[in-house]
Amino acid sequence: MNEWTKTDREPDPLPSSLPGPTAPGLGEPQAEVEETLKRIQSHKGVIGTMVVNAEGIPIRTTLDNSTTVQYAGLLHHLTMKAKSTVRDIDPQNDLTFLRIRSKKHEIMVAPDKEYLLIVIQNPCE
Amino acid sequence: KTPSQKKKKEKKRKQEEGHPEIYPLVLTTKTQEIFNCRIDEDITDEQPYKLINKEDIFEDLRNRAAVSDFHPVKKIVQEYPGNELLLVYDKDFKYGLNFYLIGTEEGKENYLNPPEVSEEQEEYKEYIPEDVYIYKPPVSKPWVSLGSEKEIEEESVTESTKQITYMISRKRSEFGAPIKFSDQNASSVKDAYIECTAYPDKNFTLKQLEKDVGMQVIPQIKDISTQTKWTYPKNATTQYYPREFSEEEKETLKQSKPLVDFLNNASISVEIALQQNEITNTFIDDWKHLAEEEGTFGDKTDTHLKEYQSFTDLHSPTEKMITCVSWHPTIYGLIAVSVAVRLSFEDRVHFSGKLLLQPSLILFWSFSDPIHPQLMLESPDDIFCFKFCPSDPNIIAGGCINGQIVMWDITAHADRIENVKAGGSRSKKATLKPMFLLEPESNKEAMYIRHCAVSSIENGHKKVITDIHWLSDTFEINRMGSVFENRSGICCQLVTCSADCTICFWDIRPQKPLTPQTTEKKKEESIEIPFDVPSTFLHLDLSWKPLTKVRLSKGETSLDHCPTKISLKEDHLLCKTQDKVLAQSKTAKAEEMNPYHNLESRMPNLLKPIDDFCTKFFVGTEEGEVIYTDWKMEKDPETGRLMPKKPVSLHTIHDGIVHTIQRSPFYDDIILTVGGWNVAIWKESVMTGPLLQSCCAPKRYTSGHWSLTRPGVFYIGREDGYIDIWDLLEKTHEPAQSQNICITMITCIKPWIFSPKQQFIAIADYYGTLHILEIPWTLSRPSTNEMTSINHYFEREVKHLEYVEQRKKIREQEKKEMEQEMAKKKVKIYQKSKEQMEAELKMDYESYLELEKTVLINLGLIRVTEKGSYSDVM
Repeated sequence: MNEWTKTDREPDPLPSSLPGPTAPGLGEPQAEVEETLKRIQSHKGVIGTMVVNAEGIPIRTTLDNSTTVQYAGLLHHLTMKAKSTVRDIDPQNDLTFLRIRSKKHEIMVAPDKEYLLIVIQNPCE
Repeated sequence: KTPSQKKKKEKKRKQEEGHPEIYPLVLTTKTQEIFNCRIDEDITDEQPYKLINKEDIFEDLRNRAAVSDFHPVKKIVQEYPGNELLLVYDKDFKYGLNFYLIGTEEGKENYLNPPEVSEEQEEYKEYIPEDVYIYKPPVSKPWVSLGSEKEIEEESVTESTKQITYMISRKRSEFGAPIKFSDQNASSVKDAYIECTAYPDKNFTLKQLEKDVGMQVIPQIKDISTQTKWTYPKNATTQYYPREFSEEEKETLKQSKPLVDFLNNASISVEIALQQNEITNTFIDDWKHLAEEEGTFGDKTDTHLKEYQSFTDLHSPTEKMITCVSWHPTIYGLIAVSVAVRLSFEDRVHFSGKLLLQPSLILFWSFSDPIHPQLMLESPDDIFCFKFCPSDPNIIAGGCINGQIVMWDITAHADRIENVKAGGSRSKKATLKPMFLLEPESNKEAMYIRHCAVSSIENGHKKVITDIHWLSDTFEINRMGSVFENRSGICCQLVTCSADCTICFWDIRPQKPLTPQTTEKKKEESIEIPFDVPSTFLHLDLSWKPLTKVRLSKGETSLDHCPTKISLKEDHLLCKTQDKVLAQSKTAKAEEMNPYHNLESRMPNLLKPIDDFCTKFFVGTEEGEVIYTDWKMEKDPETGRLMPKKPVSLHTIHDGIVHTIQRSPFYDDIILTVGGWNVAIWKESVMTGPLLQSCCAPKRYTSGHWSLTRPGVFYIGREDGYIDIWDLLEKTHEPAQSQNICITMITCIKPWIFSPKQQFIAIADYYGTLHILEIPWTLSRPSTNEMTSINHYFEREVKHLEYVEQRKKIREQEKKEMEQEMAKKKVKIYQKSKEQMEAELKMDYESYLELEKTVLINLGLIRVTEKGSYSDVM
């Protein structure tokens, strides 16, 4: 239960931004997940946050079901396409982050091998 | 000879049966002697025949003539080809007589020869043993006709006519020539084809009397096909609900290690991105945001309203004022104006006889003809307010000075006004003649149109109707004031308010007859309508009662609020529904049935009630109050009657009569009220007070209207003929501009949008002239952020009001505290002794003396030197 807490974590590049779960063995992984997501959600202008698996099925979300499903399905495809584009150009390259800026919001997608983290922010002007 | 005769007959018979060449004879003995054929002497069994010469027979015949035995066969003997005839002794009387004569050579031969054959046959038979069959080849015999060849002849087919032979040839040169084919209609060329038309032949019509049919039950199959665009086949799948995880799966996933790791890693980059956005907006175009306005059309510096046209009715004998103005919702360039006589109440009563003779009119003016009105609608008395029906611009409802509602239906004249176009006299009718040539009778173009229906005098309003509105076609109300959905799709209900302190709701649909008695009564009272009046609202004429009446009472006092204007929730949508009305009117024309001509009666029980409908509305009164009240009736628990609810809020803001209450065309809940000497803007949910209240203006305000395109602009008309244009973005304490329009009081302002580039404002004055002005670009075009700015402004004002409220509370508290302290202080003061008071008085006096001295020194009335001694003393 406690083995995962410290050993696998990477060092923080920005020590200021992330408080991080520094205390070992703190809480269950559920609570950590919740806490991370809550932290992200509390940023200024964030409309919604969701975690989606590799097939586009949402796991955790703060928006309503229909919106979540729509975002998950569409962004999953787009992320796959972007990833393949990057790798086609240079096979040793890989997609790390995807930001879509629209008139009303900005959608940020952080892809991974198995999951996707999607955050929608309204960059208020 | 009779036996011989009989025998002859027998012979003949036998002759016919058997051999025709055998002729039986009777030869007497004498004949026998002559010819040497005596029986048993010359003719024996071995030789029963005798050959007789023909000559001998002839001789005998000559000698004995008829007695001769050869007489019957005389002819045969003569015809006999040969010389010798064969006479055969018929011993057995085979042929009836004792002799017979063979008449033919063949017969003779046959007789002579066959016996030999038969003898030969008999001989053969004796010599051949019976068990051995000797093949006897068929011997051809002469064919004996038995009559069959006749049948064959009948059946055989022979050509009856000779065959015709044609030979067709063509010139050699024509072979191999190019052929040109062309099409031809066979029926056009004569004899191009020969037709063998079918005809029903009764011989071949068979009626089938029995039919063999087999049946089997199968599951129902349906075959449907459709044409689709099918470029190339590709797989397609359809999914109609998304894949989701169940709750347990989500929980397990949440606990999984990869998810946690992922989140930790991803959240880093996500938070960087989020913070970047918070810091600055990298995509902003500063240059673009610097400029406020886009390329303008027209002169930017021109901010004045430009005079476009003005209309005056020159034919009326008395002086009139314009009470209400309304643009036609669909037709460009058409504006309707209601005129009323410009007299005070006393004068009206005084001249009432004269006034009865003059018709009260609503005039339809068009841009193309400034002198002659296009239509004139007649009413029983002066109209003070009227409105076009939003669903059908041919229906007009107006409120009269005597409390009646008047309805017009101008569907029959609709085409007349539709063809009017603005600018230029294209129609032959519009000719500008000098004034002195004009006669009232030559006014053929404008027709007087009589009203369709008026409301009942006893049941309606008792005093002048000050405001009239059509209820939106999305809802309707019943007697209780509850809101139901409107299934008829047309505006069918009206609301009016009048100076008799009531607000009435009316329904233009026919009521279901309650009892047969009432219908009989109506029949008695039926008046014949003139032929040119449409019967659209005949069911309402003179018997129209309001649906509900809401009385604005002030409570126990007898004086009630006298409403002058009302503003309902959805009225602002009516301004924007120009396109909707156009579409509706077009479809109404496409259908033959106009829904207003076939009004069905209400069905109150079948309609679905609309919940959450705000039944509250604003009312402006004569005393300058703005009341926010509810039209829904409730049952009074004490009396059990239906009572209107008490008003939600009441504010006395204006110092005079409130003549404009209007919702902003951009915001649902912002209301402009104009009355007396000031203007106020309200928000519906904020009941503490107006958001903006202007200070008193130098001149009284007499009319007002929001701008239709700019959310922060509104127009106010003054009593001296000036129009104040307020722009909330520029100044909120005074008008941004002021412009003089006419010399007298402005009674009504109505702006209207014709196109994005052309906006007009109609201003009506007290002297009966209608001015049409064009709104300049700056006043019609909203700036880019105007809506948001105004939004912010109103929000700020709301917050300000809230702040004020809070401050009020705090102040009250402070006040209370202060009062308490004061009370305490007062208590303390009484406890002071008399000596202390004297000491204090002395102190005061001394300080006063010092003060006096310093003042005198400053004034120069006492010398300065004394000042020094004073300072020593001090």
